[in-house]
Amino acid sequence: MSEQIDEGLKSELQKQGIWVTSTQELYNWGRRNSIWPLQFGLACCAIEMIATAASRYDLARFGGEVFRPSPRQADLMIVAGTVTKKMAPQIVRLYNQMPDPKYVISMGACAISGGPFKQGYNVLKGIDRYIPVDVYIPGCPPRPEALLHAFMELQRKIDGQKLTGENKAAHLDRAQPSEFPVPAFGAHDLEPPSNLDLFRPPQIERV
Amino acid sequence: MNMSSRAERSVVEGPRDGTSPVIPRDPSTALGMTTRLDGELLEVSMGPQHPSTHGVFRMNVALDGETVVKLKPVFGYLHRNHEKIGENTSYLGSMPYTDRLDYFCSLTNNWAYALSVEKLAGIEVPERAEYLRIILAELTRLQNHASLLGFLLSDMGAWGTPLMYAFREREKILDLFESLAGSRMMCDYMRFGGCRVDAGPDWIGRAKKVLDAFPRFLDEFEKLLVSNEIVIARTQHIGKLTADLAISAGITGPMLRASGVNYDLRKVDGYGFYPRFKFRVPLGDHGDTYDRLMMRVLEMRESIEILKQAFEQIPAGPVMNPKVKLRSFRPPVGEAYGRIEGPKGELGFYLISDGSSNPYRYRVRPPSFINLTILEDLCLGHTVADVMVILGSVDIVMGEVDR
Repeated sequence: MSEQIDEGLKSELQKQGIWVTSTQELYNWGRRNSIWPLQFGLACCAIEMIATAASRYDLARFGGEVFRPSPRQADLMIVAGTVTKKMAPQIVRLYNQMPDPKYVISMGACAISGGPFKQGYNVLKGIDRYIPVDVYIPGCPPRPEALLHAFMELQRKIDGQKLTGENKAAHLDRAQPSEFPVPAFGAHDLEPPSNLDLFRPPQIERV
Repeated sequence: MNMSSRAERSVVEGPRDGTSPVIPRDPSTALGMTTRLDGELLEVSMGPQHPSTHGVFRMNVALDGETVVKLKPVFGYLHRNHEKIGENTSYLGSMPYTDRLDYFCSLTNNWAYALSVEKLAGIEVPERAEYLRIILAELTRLQNHASLLGFLLSDMGAWGTPLMYAFREREKILDLFESLAGSRMMCDYMRFGGCRVDAGPDWIGRAKKVLDAFPRFLDEFEKLLVSNEIVIARTQHIGKLTADLAISAGITGPMLRASGVNYDLRKVDGYGFYPRFKFRVPLGDHGDTYDRLMMRVLEMRESIEILKQAFEQIPAGPVMNPKVKLRSFRPPVGEAYGRIEGPKGELGFYLISDGSSNPYRYRVRPPSFINLTILEDLCLGHTVADVMVILGSVDIVMGEVDR
């Protein structure tokens, strides 16, 4: 474990040309620098996602340029755009098809809460009703720099994940679910309207 | 029509005669082996998550071997109630929503909406504002067509490079939008009776610089495209659209002109100050994917000409009609249809006013959606790999198709 290695000793050894690391550090270092996003876009934010991967912003600097068209090869789902009620079941299914460990970035106001289209009858009010979200990016659409920032935040999160012990990462904990029920397109709304094991609507206390 | 590639075409593909597609209907005769499953059709659902469906679009395709025999588009994965929200929002409040219709071309959407409200209420627009609108609309056309070409080539398998080139140019134009309107994509810049802010002299100078650099990119891109053997093999004869079908299906924009129909709203309607400008309308004569692709390149060249003239002619003055009260805007009872030549085709807004602060009916005539209705006619008889290329050449944006 990284905590068990004395930092002073580690840097002293490094000066001697000996590199000491732990499995966890090495594992997380490799994972955080080769995040493969799922190549799928929903709406306007997807264009900014493409711009992030394109020439000026160059997501490849962070090891995230390998957009995979298949969920089976992807580590990260960037929910970029408005999630409609017709599309939500497909997104949950795509998430379920991704192998563990998997992460979700909720990009833009629509994916967070419905955004400017929240009052629409066909718009899901946030993808976190059905799948767990790791990083939220506000904005309509967020700038490419904001997506890069979210990417770095995700890397920081991956770096801090434990392999063993009480607080080990969710994907290593057999008790934690890796798939979530796919909502059905019901007569009036999605059924169920949200996954209550996952989604806790904010409690508003009125005084 | 100025297409330098005409000579090379016959070398690669031979004469273009009848209606029969390049791919034979019955593959058993083509290579001496049977690829069909004894007449059984294979039904494939392409989308809504597909690397090149340009958004969340789904096609149910029936395949005989690799040949498409039936195609049924499925819409609605991005239906976000644009029109219903428009009816419950004030006239000014709908302006930011129009940005999100066709999210590549927010400024032309703004213009079409502003134009229809101006028609409805009879509002005059100052001269400088009209020029600014033309400048921004043509810049929008440049970046839309450039990114379309990038996407189309990446659909053909040229993953990465053309898109990188296109987005490099697009970013320069988006920088201009950002410094003028405050946002890269969702500009929300135009108002009924003018534009929100004036462009300073330094902005015009920067825009001129971007414009001067653009032909170099275009030359480079055209060099990559026109004589590239793979592009020619993948696009010529593929997805032919006849002029008759195009007219009867209501196709507009570059797709219609690629079939040889001379119909450009900038010339037909002469909205804005377009009659003051000298530019040509490029026309295709085969109506296949290659023509649709080259149409975009040629239109970009004409847009550059328009922009050059606009930068020379733009007068000083106000950019907003001072009589218009945007906040408590109540147009008289009536209806109006305003339309412009957007980068994708005729973009129109139909508004019915009952005299209140919200429109009674708010209807969008989306070019992408109506251009998409003939997708099956274009794809029949071609291979499943060609479907993506044909779809790419139609130039759709799902925000506008599903609204």
